[in-house]
Amino acid sequence: MPAAQLLLNIFIAFLWMLLMDEDELNFTTFLAGFLVGIGIIFFMHRFFGTQFYLRRFISIVKLIFIFASELTQSSIIVLKQILSPKLNIEPGIFKYETVLKSDVEVTMLSMLLTLTPGSVVMEVAPEGTTLYIHAMDVKQSKASLISQLKNFEKAIMEVTR
Amino acid sequence: MSVEKIGELVGVAFIFAGAIASVISAFGLLRLPDIYTRSHAATKSSTLAVLLTLSGTFIYFLLGEQFVSVRVLLGIVFVFLTAPVAGHLIVRAAYRSKVKLADISVEDALYDVLHKEEDEKKDGAGRS
Repeated sequence: MPAAQLLLNIFIAFLWMLLMDEDELNFTTFLAGFLVGIGIIFFMHRFFGTQFYLRRFISIVKLIFIFASELTQSSIIVLKQILSPKLNIEPGIFKYETVLKSDVEVTMLSMLLTLTPGSVVMEVAPEGTTLYIHAMDVKQSKASLISQLKNFEKAIMEVTR
Repeated sequence: MSVEKIGELVGVAFIFAGAIASVISAFGLLRLPDIYTRSHAATKSSTLAVLLTLSGTFIYFLLGEQFVSVRVLLGIVFVFLTAPVAGHLIVRAAYRSKVKLADISVEDALYDVLHKEEDEKKDGAGRS
């Protein structure tokens, strides 16, 4: 149960604050104790038989980092295409079947994809698993786009499941 | 070099990069052939520009004046929430109102799907 782990963590933080034996109760000491508690519970959580309660938080942070790296990579590609003296791009719309199921996941995926330069989600089929994506340069960047999609899908699945 | 100085330099570098990114996306808006490719330049490169500018501002105030500006972070969050929705809707509306793709386009997987849908609708209207 994640709630039990959270309670235990707060308990460790209190214990830490009290055992520090300062003149007054400091919030900063409590926070330090909370961080120590996170460390302890991270190493002990396998004995509880449940998953680490901050796992989702960690995977959200991971998703943000993946997104940042993809954003910079594809931004550089698009900026290069814009600045090249002769526009040699081949835009087009292609179809992508996602493995994600629920509405939240598909929304997250299409949002991230639309935020990264060089690709816009144009339509989502009514069934919700087929995306039609407009790409800046289909021929050259389709492979990298699809690997980017797979990256996002993996990270999103870690967050929601 | 003091922390204030370093913070100032890093912040200025971020803001400068953001300014360059937004200039380039403005060039893209002028150069690209049709609305679909232009939307890439308009909405996407400017998200990068906004991200760089706002995080530069954040770093500048954080290190230069020890001031944590939550509003700047909220600005980033809201731009990132709204920009893709707007971009998606503009492009979708353009496609639905039959704006043509540029001649250099090579692939259109959506054409058949939408036109089949429309034909079905027409048939349905004819019957009823």
